[in-house]
Amino acid sequence: QPMDGSSFQCVILCLCSAEYPDLRKHNNCMASNLTPAIYAKLCDKATPNGYTLDQAIQTGVDNPGHPFIKTVGMVAGDEESYEVFGDLINPVIKERHNGYDPLNMKHPTDLDSSKIHSGLFDERYVLSSRVRTGRSIRGLSLPPACSRAERREVERVVVDALAGLKGDLTGRYYSLTQMTEKEQQQLIDDHFLFDKPVSPLLTCAGMARDWPDGRGIWHNNEKTFLIWVNEEDHTRVISMEKGGNMKRVFDRFCKGLKERLIQERGWEFMWNERLGYILTCPSNLGTGLRAGVHVKLPLLSKDPRFSKILDNLRLQKRGTGGVDTAAVGGVFDISNLDRLGHSEVQLVQTVIDGVNYLIECEKKLEKGQDIKVNIIPAHH
Amino acid sequence: MTKNCHNDYKMKFTTDEEFPDLSQHNNHMAKALTKEIYEKLRGKSTPSGFTLDDVIQTGVDNPGHPFIMTVGCVVGDGECYEVFKDLLDIVICDRHSGYKPTDKHRTDLNYENLKGGDDLDPNYVLSSRVRTGRSIKGFTLPPHNSRGERRAIEKLSIEALASLEGEFKGKYYPLDGMTDAEQEQLIADHFLFDKPVSPLLTCAGMARDWPDARGIWHNENKTFLVWVNEEDHLRVISMQKGGNMKEVFRRFCVGLQKIEAIFMKHDHGFMWNEHLGYLLTCPSNLGTGLRGGVHVKLPKLSTHAKFEEILTRLRLQKRGTGGVDTASVGGVFDISNADRLGSSEVEQVQLVVDGVKLMVEMEKKLEKGESIDGMIPAQK
Repeated sequence: QPMDGSSFQCVILCLCSAEYPDLRKHNNCMASNLTPAIYAKLCDKATPNGYTLDQAIQTGVDNPGHPFIKTVGMVAGDEESYEVFGDLINPVIKERHNGYDPLNMKHPTDLDSSKIHSGLFDERYVLSSRVRTGRSIRGLSLPPACSRAERREVERVVVDALAGLKGDLTGRYYSLTQMTEKEQQQLIDDHFLFDKPVSPLLTCAGMARDWPDGRGIWHNNEKTFLIWVNEEDHTRVISMEKGGNMKRVFDRFCKGLKERLIQERGWEFMWNERLGYILTCPSNLGTGLRAGVHVKLPLLSKDPRFSKILDNLRLQKRGTGGVDTAAVGGVFDISNLDRLGHSEVQLVQTVIDGVNYLIECEKKLEKGQDIKVNIIPAHH
Repeated sequence: MTKNCHNDYKMKFTTDEEFPDLSQHNNHMAKALTKEIYEKLRGKSTPSGFTLDDVIQTGVDNPGHPFIMTVGCVVGDGECYEVFKDLLDIVICDRHSGYKPTDKHRTDLNYENLKGGDDLDPNYVLSSRVRTGRSIKGFTLPPHNSRGERRAIEKLSIEALASLEGEFKGKYYPLDGMTDAEQEQLIADHFLFDKPVSPLLTCAGMARDWPDARGIWHNENKTFLVWVNEEDHLRVISMQKGGNMKEVFRRFCVGLQKIEAIFMKHDHGFMWNEHLGYLLTCPSNLGTGLRGGVHVKLPKLSTHAKFEEILTRLRLQKRGTGGVDTASVGGVFDISNADRLGSSEVEQVQLVVDGVKLMVEMEKKLEKGESIDGMIPAQK
């Protein structure tokens, strides 16, 4: 006698409850949004490549939580993960991206850097400017799930495409497995070299497998445009330079990111109109863009209103070593908070406007003047 | 379910495209794996879905230990030893002194067959210990098992251990849920095991979902201890201060057999076959899985030119008193059997008992300023 729908669901719930993770001590977006019902619905599903829910959430199960930062707690193994595990990933995305609902919103993509204005900072304050994002190659699995062959294919596709860059973007590739000690030291001195991940957030998601096979660094001769291959994403793309010319940094960024180079070879980036650019971590969806500066704000950073000001401006602060580091000598890494729901142009403009405002505040404080802070959060 | 999906997907790439780069590697797996073997086995998986890539991942990720030749592969279930025979037989032969695929292993847990062992001089032999591991039939192993399986193993283990009486009456402490006081006591007793940090284990997936379903059981006398769901389903340890290895081994054999009887009643006996003996996660622990050893003071002998040779001839190995990969302190060494496969439990403990007795006599001779040249043993 066939079971009715609710009995069947009961059985599935029973079988799956034996597998349900113990998340009582956990504080990450996955743990906040996973329920026994969602788990029961998704636990026997897999993407066409064979990636499963258990794999997607493993990093969040293994890493209960950071005391100050609410981590995401799950990753995607491939583009299809965002569809197949949508019942969990969508609420995670909504929580992480300030209410953005993938089911009924569209993400704007705009890489026309000519729209940027006022992108030249006061270099007495801004020491360096940088824009980074990631891109995934459609048709190949992402770092948590990719096989060695897929990873090597990513490397081949990307390196081949980059060989087509000309002018100030002319450069070369340094494979992690083949670079000489001299090349390695130079890359370290330039602060370009990335290490094998040690953070359990990444290793528990399987992203360090087969290290250093298929990994490498490409940069242009001028050392202002840099691409990491097969680290936490297929590619991480970075435009940077000393000083405050964010406009030029973003111009270069947009020029170097032209998809045409891989399209000519029959490939394309993972992108859709709900989620924008698809990357490994749901926190990097949309633009995947972090535009930031190293800026001297010794007085403002000590003002008790500093955090509120940053919040209002939709900016975040980090130490100059990057995420999870402390500021040194009053120099902060200030960048955009948002990734999804706003275009690249909008986010970079937000950073430009925000940093200019921060510098104005710092100047005021230097002169002993007070700064006015909006009590009502700024609308964005 | 969907467990073989990912491997089927990988098959669309050629062997050359998937074959790992082992050019920097020095472990048993890297020595044994050829493209031919990889080609033959890469399309296979065990009934539970464990594949060749799963077996070798830890060896790909960990090129080698400076002093110790690591194994570089693990199994995810008992069937791996059959399905991946073409690779594992070579690794086993290499690691276990030429053990052939046609050889038969001897199991002997009759403690009465041990001669002597109750008279090791306690002025030199500070403590005695015998440990082994056991895998429970019907479940996959730590590199592969799910939370549901691990919890079922824990539940069965708790039931089995709770039914023990007399000298084996004891208590189970789950890792998740022990009080601070309990934790401190277990650390003070040197019983507590930590979440694995060694990449040899983490890259094999053995720390997933920590500390879910992991725990420690010990008897009231603190002379018999069982670890649940660490590197193997069960690790069983008998120990006590002083040199009465006979008593330690008696308790070991009796306790193990009592536990096995209970598991068998539930149709979950231990994994064993007549070729490989007891099946454990790491091929290095096949056979008896037994390490019987003492902490012994040998300050003079350990600095003697022939110390290493004596150990080799006695079929013994030395470690520091912190266990594998530690240094000795104050001339105190951990001396144990080197063999696991191809000889029985009684034979291996006999070697320890006889060998340590001889080495203590040598130490005494050296204390008196006498030569030990006449005492150097023949190769056992």
